[in-house]
Amino acid sequence: MSNEMTAHERVMIARHPQRPGIRDYIDALFPHFFEMKGDRLCGEDEAILGGVALYHDQPVTVIGTKKGRTLQENLRANFGMPSPEGYRKAQRLMQQAEKFHRPILTLIDTSGAYPGMRAEEHGQGEAIARSLYEMSGLTVPVIAVITGEGNSGGALGLAVADRVLMLENAVYAILSPEGFASILYKDASRAGEAAEVMKMTAPELRTLGVIDGIIPEPEGGAHTDPARAMQAVDEAIDAQLTALMQLQGKALVEQRVQKFRRMSAFERAELTKQPAARQEK
Amino acid sequence: MTDVFAKRRFRLRAMKKLMDNYLPADQLIACPKCLRDIPIAQKEENLSVCPHCGYHWPIGAKRRLEIIMDAGRYRELNADLCAGDPLSFPGYPEKLAKAREATGMNEAVLTATGMIHGHRCVVCALDGRFLMGSMGAAVGEKLTLAIEHAQRNRLPLIIFSASGGARMQEGILSLMQMAKTSAALRRFSEKGLLFISVLTDPTTGGVTASFASLGDVILAEPGALIGFAGPRVIEQTIGEKLPEDFQRAEFMMEHGFVDAVVARGELRAALGELLLLHQGGKHEQ
Repeated sequence: MSNEMTAHERVMIARHPQRPGIRDYIDALFPHFFEMKGDRLCGEDEAILGGVALYHDQPVTVIGTKKGRTLQENLRANFGMPSPEGYRKAQRLMQQAEKFHRPILTLIDTSGAYPGMRAEEHGQGEAIARSLYEMSGLTVPVIAVITGEGNSGGALGLAVADRVLMLENAVYAILSPEGFASILYKDASRAGEAAEVMKMTAPELRTLGVIDGIIPEPEGGAHTDPARAMQAVDEAIDAQLTALMQLQGKALVEQRVQKFRRMSAFERAELTKQPAARQEK
Repeated sequence: MTDVFAKRRFRLRAMKKLMDNYLPADQLIACPKCLRDIPIAQKEENLSVCPHCGYHWPIGAKRRLEIIMDAGRYRELNADLCAGDPLSFPGYPEKLAKAREATGMNEAVLTATGMIHGHRCVVCALDGRFLMGSMGAAVGEKLTLAIEHAQRNRLPLIIFSASGGARMQEGILSLMQMAKTSAALRRFSEKGLLFISVLTDPTTGGVTASFASLGDVILAEPGALIGFAGPRVIEQTIGEKLPEDFQRAEFMMEHGFVDAVVARGELRAALGELLLLHQGGKHEQ
């Protein structure tokens, strides 16, 4: 069925209110989990959750976005839209993972980084930039799983990984289709149309080489049979992690950097001659 | 009686003086900040800074390098690199053609090598007139090639940002340039090399959230808008108007994200100073 689904239908499944969230994954995948809070600078952001877990007898650092299950949780987690404090907490936990030689798993489901006043005052741009910078140099294996929506720099800030996996109906894009439509078509109601051109579905992104694997979902989406969805996620992570654990830190960094280095699309134009006076001899 | 004529002569002289200074409207430009009319020639001479209130007009990448480099001279790198159309996005090739026509550039960033106060360096400048200086895959590639060139030749790197962020028309590939440029800068930095990021009006979105925020030194031009989310998006989110100084260079400096706000006329000297301070020394390898 999945191949006949439109991008917009997948967006709807990715945003389904009953779609498993980070807490569900933690409960299903890890027999032990200890949450760690705070960025050690000034705050704690509940939109990003992190801690240490045991995964098939291997200690791992788990970091992900949290939308919350109840309205109260939604509000506290800002509906899964992280603030700079969240990215800085993630950086702290990643450095900790590096110290203890723990692989890192990130679980991503966010409509984007929070565009609020305080987030700007606290350097949302710098926080995301620093996350990209730090992740690109980690010497431990990093696996990112996009479980629902992965929008903009807010998602990428946790996704500079050795393997980026997507659930079959997850979406990953530069911006929400609504935001995209409102910028390019000046009409947010054309989101459905935008979703079709944005190449945001897992199969499209696999073809583009932006992601490394697709995790199958039960018919109708992960919420129809969460246990089966979790099992598929477990199998996918386990397989990738086993392979990555064979590599040395240096090789991992090299491979990760080269993977992102190759993400290009450009042409060479015919050169228009520059005025000679401005050219350096 | 004589008094009357004297007054009239005075008025005539005053009027003649006014007439001499009179410029037709097409030779004047209004400053968007203080609203005064300024002769265009004077604006150009003053590096596109308002002589009355200090407003900095955005300037193109070529002009930027002419102002900054010794004798205005530089050697361009990868000038032929230009965007593909990875999403086959309707209308994108036409927009690119228009931008090329308007700027005389193949892409929204100019990358070059040259000298500043006798210090050889790699200098990149984004051009806000080219699709809002947005970063698509070609811009990301050009910047990464420039960073790698600087690394190979052990040269300091300076990037002038002026950008609305990642380029929507190239979708996710634009987003990936944030990771690509940041990773390249990390490798560059690990070699002990200097990166100075200069933020100019406006620097927002995916550019702020990647290379522009990763300078060893971060300078900003006065009044430049600097942020992740644009002011309109924030206003929609919070449902109120933002204060006038919000996200401006001075505001960002007060909040700890900019080392110094430097007026355009003093940037060349400031960069020369920083380049001087980062060369030599006991620990030079």
